[in-house]
Order: sequence, then C-alpha cells, then structure tokens
Amino acid sequence: MAIPFSWQLINLLAALLLLIAFAMLAQRRVTALIGLYAGQGLVLAASTAAMARISGLPHLYVSAALTLALKVFALPWLLHRVIRRLEIRWEVEPLINIPATMLVGIGLVIFAFNLAEPISQMASPITRSTLGIATASVLLAFLMMITRRKAVTQVIAFLAMENGLFFAATSATRGMPLVVELGIALDVLVGALIFGIFFFHIRETFDSLDIHHMEKLKEH
Amino acid sequence: MSLSGVLNQLLQSLLVVAAAPLLMGWVNQCRAWLANRRGPGILQPYRTLHKLFHKDAALAEGASWLFRVNPYIQLGAMVLAASLVPMLAVDLPLAPAADVIALVGVFAVARVFASLAAMDIGTAFGSLGARREMFVGALAEPALLILFFNFSLVSHSTSLTTIVQTLAHQQFVLHASLAFAAVAFVMVLLAENARIPVDNPATHLELTMIHEALILEYSARHLALIEWAVAIKLFVYFAIGIACFLPWGIAQAGDWAAVPLATGLLLGKMALAGAGLAVVETVNAKLRLFRAPEFLATAFLLAMLGLLLHFVLQV
Repeated sequence: MAIPFSWQLINLLAALLLLIAFAMLAQRRVTALIGLYAGQGLVLAASTAAMARISGLPHLYVSAALTLALKVFALPWLLHRVIRRLEIRWEVEPLINIPATMLVGIGLVIFAFNLAEPISQMASPITRSTLGIATASVLLAFLMMITRRKAVTQVIAFLAMENGLFFAATSATRGMPLVVELGIALDVLVGALIFGIFFFHIRETFDSLDIHHMEKLKEH
Repeated sequence: MSLSGVLNQLLQSLLVVAAAPLLMGWVNQCRAWLANRRGPGILQPYRTLHKLFHKDAALAEGASWLFRVNPYIQLGAMVLAASLVPMLAVDLPLAPAADVIALVGVFAVARVFASLAAMDIGTAFGSLGARREMFVGALAEPALLILFFNFSLVSHSTSLTTIVQTLAHQQFVLHASLAFAAVAFVMVLLAENARIPVDNPATHLELTMIHEALILEYSARHLALIEWAVAIKLFVYFAIGIACFLPWGIAQAGDWAAVPLATGLLLGKMALAGAGLAVVETVNAKLRLFRAPEFLATAFLLAMLGLLLHFVLQV
C-alpha cells in the first residue's frame, strides 16, 4: 500500500499521459490538438525527469531536457507554422463519430492493460503499472491515426504514438543509451520536417490534405 | 451525536444558505471582468433576491399545486444536499443518513420536480425545457455516480465524510485514478449547473436554453426561491469538488480551534473555484445541444477509465 511518493508521482504522470491521449481522441480542432500534443510532451518530460531522479541516471536528465525542448516547443511551433501556411482551420473529420471512437478507445485500454499484465508480474513494482499505460497510449494514438482523414492530424497522431513509445522506454527499461535517445530525437525532428514538406506536396497535387484522394493514384 | 456535531451542522448549513448568492455574484463578477465589463458587483444576487421577495407573485393560468410547491422543494432539496457534504469539519450528524448515492438521488428529486412543474403550466417552452433538462440529467447522473465510485474504491466507503477523512487526514497518497475523476467531475459540474458548454446561464432569450426555460413562468418569491436554490446547488457542487479533490484544511471531529481556519480556507478555495469557472465559461463556446451527449459521454468514459486505472495501478 505504502509506495514511495516519487513512484506515485510517476503513476500520476502516466495517468495524465493516458488522459491527454483520450483528450486528443475526442478533440475536433487542429490547433487544440497541437496544444494537447505539447501538453503530452510536458508530461513526458516531467516523468522522464522524475525517473532520472529515482534511478539516479544522469543521462535521463538530458533526455528530459531534450523532450522538453523538442516536443513542447519546437515541434508544436513547427506544426502551428505549417497549418498557418497551409491556411487550414477546419475541424478534424473523424471517419467514425467521436463517442464510438472513445468506446473503442476504452476497449483498447482494457486490452493493453491485460496484455501488459503478465509482463508486469516479472517487472519491478515501479514499472508494473506504467507499462500497461504506455501500451494503451500507443494503441490510442494508433486508433487516432486510423480514424482521421486528414494528413496533419495523422502526423500528430504519429508523433503522439512516438510519445507513448518513449514513455514505455523510459519507464519500463529506465531509458535507452544516450546515443539512441539522441538519434530518436533527431529522427522525430527530421521526420516532422519531412512531413511538413509532404503536406505542401500533397496539397499541391490534390488541392486538399484529405488522404482519401491518394487512393485514386492508379492510372486509368 | 455530540453537541459539537450539531453546532457544526447548523453552522455549515447557515453558511451555505447565506454565502451561496455571494458565490454566484463572484462568478458573475469574474465573468464580467474577463469580458472587459465592470460588472454589477458581487452583492447583486442579494439585491435581486431582495427585490423579488418584495413583489407580488403572479401565477400562470391553470397552474396546479405542483407549480406552487416546486420552489420550496427545490430549496429544501438543495439545503438538504448542503447539509450532507462535509465542508468545515468532518463530524456531521446528518451525514450518516445519506451517502454519495443518496446525494445524487437528492439532486435527481429536485430535477424531477423542476421538470414536472415546468410541464404543469403547459407552455411550449416549459415542456421543451423539461425534456432537455431530463436529457442532460440522464446523461450526467451515471457519470457522477461512476466518478464517486472512484472515491469509494480509494476509501472503501460511499460515505462522503469517510472519503474526506481518508483523503485529508491520512497519509498523503497521489491517486492517479482521481485525476480522471477530477476532469469528469468538472464536466458534470458544468452540465448539472447549466453552465456554458452545455447551457448559458446568462440568457433567457435563446431557443437553446435549458435551465431558463424551466423557470420562465415563475415570478417574485417563487423565482427568488428557485434562484437561491440554484446558487446553493452551485455552492454544493463546488463543496463536493473541494471535499473530494482538495480536502486539506478541513477540521477534525470536535476540533473547534481549527474551524475558523477551515472556514477561511473553504471560502478561499470557493473564490478560486469560482474564478476558474468564470475562465472556463469565457474561453468555451456553448455546445450545440446535440453535442451535449458527446460531452457527457466523455465525462462518463473518463470516470470509467479512472476505475480501470485504480485496479491497474493498485494504489
């Protein structure tokens, strides 16, 4: 019952991560979605810093700082810039309606918790609970990617999925080697830049960011 | 039942009844400031009540006893609810009479009578408002119950005093599941008190109104009683939120020295919560009526997730 306060903090941050993942699933506006993504980055940075404090691994502080700089400031700024340049202010159009998506989301969470259970039995008590939550947020981001029509929201979902994976890495295995983390951070940044360029190309070709049009690429 | 308990109960009920219009005035004042207006001052609800009590009541043609009795039921139910929620100290002689489930029931009774009275006079607006009120209420109530179960899991009891006792006076534990419950609670609070994303309390000129449509035919002292009941309802909801999420500072049973501090803290928390509500209402637009189920379904799902998390995190 009496687990240390810092572990409770990690648990709370994990729960917040899941909460934001659900909020993203329910959100209709792109700008608000980017705000939520930045919030998720902040939670992630906080949990990484807390983990660094518990485990006493200094390189986790570096990765927390990197997360803060990249996911709270750089990427949201980049995304805001892209949607301003593309002049998109529409509401997100989900393929299935939002309450149904949320119900599927609950199902996914239960699935993820069940999936993580046998692994957690073997893990140390601190990682026991967070692994399920990390899996759940990855699955939720995946669900968001599937159910959204427009390219920008799909990319945000992709980035959110990376957040979930990163959380799994830091909380379950106490972080990857610093080189790997630096590499991933750079990958995400470069990936987002390339996606940004893709947006312009998609719009130039199809006059829309609806990836539905891409199904008609066949020559006739 | 101790003497100090009875005194505490009386003090708390008096405080709620007296201070509820003040809270309403404070929320309205904050909203006015946020909209760059000067606002009517935080004492305005008292002036309105005073004015309404000195007018002659007009009854709609064909109004039955139900219509006339309803304001007293509203006020009675809300004062009862106010006496069930621990605010100043944890020993409330009335609290064992009803747990959170019964508390939800008290709100439901008030809602049923409000809707019946609105339909009683037979105007179009009345029955429209009654239907919408039941529509929103039917969705908000399960969410409210499920989020209370989050607390029941933490404290192993459905009694509010036990919940507060567990959270405030035992070793501090961060409960992740309660983060979900908190968000769900804010959403339910907005819906149940007819605040902005679901209903607009500031207007009775819109076709989308819910709460105002219910009380459109009331005048003078009847209207005053209902307005007062509405203010108490908001106060009670805030008090439930404070008791469940920020209970620190509430006095132990029989500890009278701590009561002044507890009162000050309660009023401070209320002021902060009121300002927060004003901010929420200012930055949000009113939802289309048919988006309300989505809003409340989200609250329900979040409360449900809280339950799931409780079992996974095992805290």
